[in-house]
Amino acid sequence: MRVLVKGAGVAGLTAAFELVIRGAVVTVAETRHSLGGNASWFAGGMLAPWCERESAEQPVLELGRDAADWWDAATPGQVTRAGTLVVAAPRDAGELDRFASRTSGHRRVDEEEIARLEPDLAGRFRRGLLFLGEAHLDPRQTMAALHKKLTAMGVDFHFSADAQDVSGFDRQIDCTGMAAVDDRLRGVRGEMLILRTPDISLSRPVRLLHPRFPLYIVPRTGHRFMVGATMIESQSSDPVTVRSMIELLSAACALHPAFGEAAIIETGASVRPAFPDNLPRVDAHESTIAINGLYRHGFLLSPAMARRAAELVFDHDKPAEPADEAYGKRRSA
Amino acid sequence: MLDLYGTNLPSRLLLGTAQYPSPAILADAVEASGTSVVTVSLRREMAGGRAGEKFWSLIRSLGVRILPNSAGCHSVKEAVTTAKMARELFGTSWIKLEVIGNQDTLQPDVFGLVEAARILCEDGFSVFPYTTDDLVVAERLLEAGCKVLMPWCAPIGSALGPINIPALRSMRAHFPGVPLIVDAGLGRPSHAATVMELGFDAVLLNTAVARAADPVGMARAFGKAVEAGREAFKSGMLEPREVAVPSTPTFGRAVFS
Repeated sequence: MRVLVKGAGVAGLTAAFELVIRGAVVTVAETRHSLGGNASWFAGGMLAPWCERESAEQPVLELGRDAADWWDAATPGQVTRAGTLVVAAPRDAGELDRFASRTSGHRRVDEEEIARLEPDLAGRFRRGLLFLGEAHLDPRQTMAALHKKLTAMGVDFHFSADAQDVSGFDRQIDCTGMAAVDDRLRGVRGEMLILRTPDISLSRPVRLLHPRFPLYIVPRTGHRFMVGATMIESQSSDPVTVRSMIELLSAACALHPAFGEAAIIETGASVRPAFPDNLPRVDAHESTIAINGLYRHGFLLSPAMARRAAELVFDHDKPAEPADEAYGKRRSA
Repeated sequence: MLDLYGTNLPSRLLLGTAQYPSPAILADAVEASGTSVVTVSLRREMAGGRAGEKFWSLIRSLGVRILPNSAGCHSVKEAVTTAKMARELFGTSWIKLEVIGNQDTLQPDVFGLVEAARILCEDGFSVFPYTTDDLVVAERLLEAGCKVLMPWCAPIGSALGPINIPALRSMRAHFPGVPLIVDAGLGRPSHAATVMELGFDAVLLNTAVARAADPVGMARAFGKAVEAGREAFKSGMLEPREVAVPSTPTFGRAVFS
């Protein structure tokens, strides 16, 4: 079985992995000249299905709960399993109760425990929620590690590839995200920053709840912090706007004033492909299978979607994917 | 029936389109609410030209009337530009005019609001101004050409409900012939029923539905509350009494002995 995977974002890489372990001969074609630049490159890398359930529907939790295990197995050493800490300013205590009532898999933590978990946040927040089952990774390092591993497993990567040349394959998997031709897709703009400061260290992603400007900060190596992310109904990938940057930065300073002295080492904006229900889909059309609509859940949901796509390549009679089934239930309820 | 700028609308609930978990849930909520008008913001989405087009086309496909808004505008110029852009994008002269004066409370800048309303009314817009419950400002807005007023009942997104009922009553009494829509601050269906009982013509809300655990169920609940409040207003409610009055006459007793 010779399979062409179009797109080397997180969907393409995970699909290539699921195919090659099933014995397929896999080629990955990417129109960009390297791994970077796509929506995955600007991702937070949080594997946080319980937290996401606050605004996402149940399939996101069901499809995402095994993601940390998948990444741990595929890219050993990349996943940090330290949970997620959710905090709110005393003024916004209601937001914390609201978040708790919409989610599961957490327990309440008090000021003392917050100080034990994240010493740099000692004395700053009186109440929080700890989602112990969650994990995070560095998207860029992890994509590089998976790329390297896939190459070693015999996957043929073509960067700066001409999208037209698709001859000689039994199947192709379309993982091109916003570049895919699908009328149902829309782009949701997300903006992020990377800050660097040696003055603060965090062991796990921290979410700061706020009625208007919710934010998350994901610690990375080298004293770096990824700060994200806006959600704007727009296909524009223009640079980050002043307003978004002010919001992200003021929220970061609200989490810890020492972020005021951090260096802004990168700003980024990208467009996340989403279907109208904000849930991902695997669609099969003759010899082409498409994975799309990962929205803000690329690293969380791509393993489950890749597995589903690989199953379809090798077995046409598999039932519809879980996302569609659960979605259908909700719609008819 | 509700008459706004010559358009008759079956529902007295107007719904915002922001902050829903997904466009699919928004569509279901719109249907469940029975609303005939949705508002949509443009300010942030239009950065980069027509980059928000895909979302706007989803809004157009909802099959209800669109009331574009200038949410997030802090100056007259911004608001006027946004209104003109909205007219072009949605092919409507309707504009929900917001000129925000305070970043923390999102209180309207009533001076800028009156000025922007005058400019837009002269330009042929049907202006729906988001204002406070101040009667003098309301007068000025009507003088500027507005035929509908949208007073807040509490700050945007606060879910506090009507925090100044005497002011709302007074506004209703001063402008008996003007369609008054309570916009902003409603948190629960009983709040909507309360302002409808006061005789307001309609309510507009967003956060209370969009951020509910089940937006579709909450949209339906608000739809019912608005209907209940309107029906109650039309049917004439009892005034509170100091004394108990039995609802069943008591026969066979020597009451007057």
